[in-house]
Amino acid sequence: MPLTGKIAGALIIAISILALFSPMLTSHEPEKIALDSIKQPPGPGHLFGTDNKGRDIFSRVLYGGRISISIAIIAAFISMSIGLLIGLCAGYFGGIVDTLVMAIVDLILAFPSLLLAIGVSIIFPPGIYTVMIAIAFVGWASFARLIRGQVLTLKDAAYIEAARAIGCSRARILFVHLMPQCLPIGLVMAGIKLGGYVLTEASLSFLGLGAQPPMPTWGSMISMNRAYIASEPWMVLFPGLAIAVTTLCFNMLGDALRDKYGLPATAEKIKI
Amino acid sequence: MVGERAQPEVIEKIRKELGTDKNVLAQYAGYVKLLLTGEMGRSYFTNRKVLDDILIKFPNTIKLAFGAMLIAVPIGLFLGFLAAYKRNTPADRIISSLSILGLSLPVFWSGLLLMLFFSLRLRLFPPSGTGDLSFLVLPALTLSLPAIATLVRITRTSVIETADMPFINTARAKGLSVFKINSVHIFRNVLIPLVTVIGLDFGSYLNGAVLTETIFGWDGIGRFTMDGIIKRDYPVIMGCIIIGTIVFVLINLMVDILYHYLDPRVRLYAPDR
Repeated sequence: MPLTGKIAGALIIAISILALFSPMLTSHEPEKIALDSIKQPPGPGHLFGTDNKGRDIFSRVLYGGRISISIAIIAAFISMSIGLLIGLCAGYFGGIVDTLVMAIVDLILAFPSLLLAIGVSIIFPPGIYTVMIAIAFVGWASFARLIRGQVLTLKDAAYIEAARAIGCSRARILFVHLMPQCLPIGLVMAGIKLGGYVLTEASLSFLGLGAQPPMPTWGSMISMNRAYIASEPWMVLFPGLAIAVTTLCFNMLGDALRDKYGLPATAEKIKI
Repeated sequence: MVGERAQPEVIEKIRKELGTDKNVLAQYAGYVKLLLTGEMGRSYFTNRKVLDDILIKFPNTIKLAFGAMLIAVPIGLFLGFLAAYKRNTPADRIISSLSILGLSLPVFWSGLLLMLFFSLRLRLFPPSGTGDLSFLVLPALTLSLPAIATLVRITRTSVIETADMPFINTARAKGLSVFKINSVHIFRNVLIPLVTVIGLDFGSYLNGAVLTETIFGWDGIGRFTMDGIIKRDYPVIMGCIIIGTIVFVLINLMVDILYHYLDPRVRLYAPDR
């Protein structure tokens, strides 16, 4: 793995530790309103300053990281599981199942992903679970396509034929013989996708469709504080920096993984 | 639509007006009939015709999409070529890192930073609103950042791939000038993935750059759709989706037709049939 990938990996571990142990790293409560210390610039008392309700931005960024990163990881896991299952079936059974599944996959991949995620997140009441569902609803398609391709090349391998010959059931071939071969590439894909998922989560919560206040998320901090950008820019600067650095690290790691495992360098889905 | 304490008769009357008292199939048939007459119904909230609103907002979205592409395509291509020719030098590393950065910046944040710097500090452009060219610069610039990043990556990869092909060696061996190899042999081959990516980007911008339009108060399709979704204004949502789908199909068709001119291999020859 190239140096950038290693650095990115190390930074991701550092960010995760910061997010995981945020209660120990900051003495300020992220949701506590302190009207005697509103709009304070960054300084020793408040590392990143305070917002218009006197809440400490440093601790809000740390706690927000917990939410954003865990949503991205869980959404990646759900997408991978659904994509794995559907891709396995589509690749193995072929025929009408394959045609149908691939038509749906093409449909989802052709549609602007953010609009689709917004549409899905409207169906359920806003919250962290809704964001996961929305991301996974859009995300499973690229996993399904990748896994299907993998299954198509494996399907005619000698060991699958042998399994069929000794009378293995379809379920056994699918889940015992094919799935372990597809899981690693699925995990690599999940790593590649994480950066995009962090960005999608931030975008949805920026639009007010993510975790609801007073829970701090990076996206909602930017959207709530953007009226103060001229006078108190730190309120917007630090949450955005958190999104940018986290996404950058995940994307760099994703690139390194892509190079290492020789996945096609498809264009990243742009968040508009 | 009627408030919390509406009389049952009023609710019944509105259901009749909207046709929601009929079953789903009848409603769908009604909508298709409406579409065939070139109408999309009226918004539940403003009672304005959806198609009229779309026709007002769509030109704004087209302006923004074109603006972003006008910035993104030349810069993206130039930097991508540069990175490919200076492969594995510091210049390449800087450009490649910047392109990953471009993909990682949330547009609603980079847009705000651009706004802070160019309109609030330097007072060069108006911070938000829809209007003439000066209103367009900042949103188009914001939208172009991720597009530039994608284009750089695609250009760099395809140029490197093409330059390693045997026919480039042949071209070099037969003594063609460097300029001719680049402009004719490499560029033609790189164009094909580029056209695909540009088409996809353009199509999704025409479907509405929701975040950019929200930040800059740009009165386009993206914000219109978003407002419709949040208010559950179904005629608006359906209208936007239908227009968006048509635009997407048209763009894809145009890309496919362009392939015909760009790549002789995909041309359909009459003698083969």
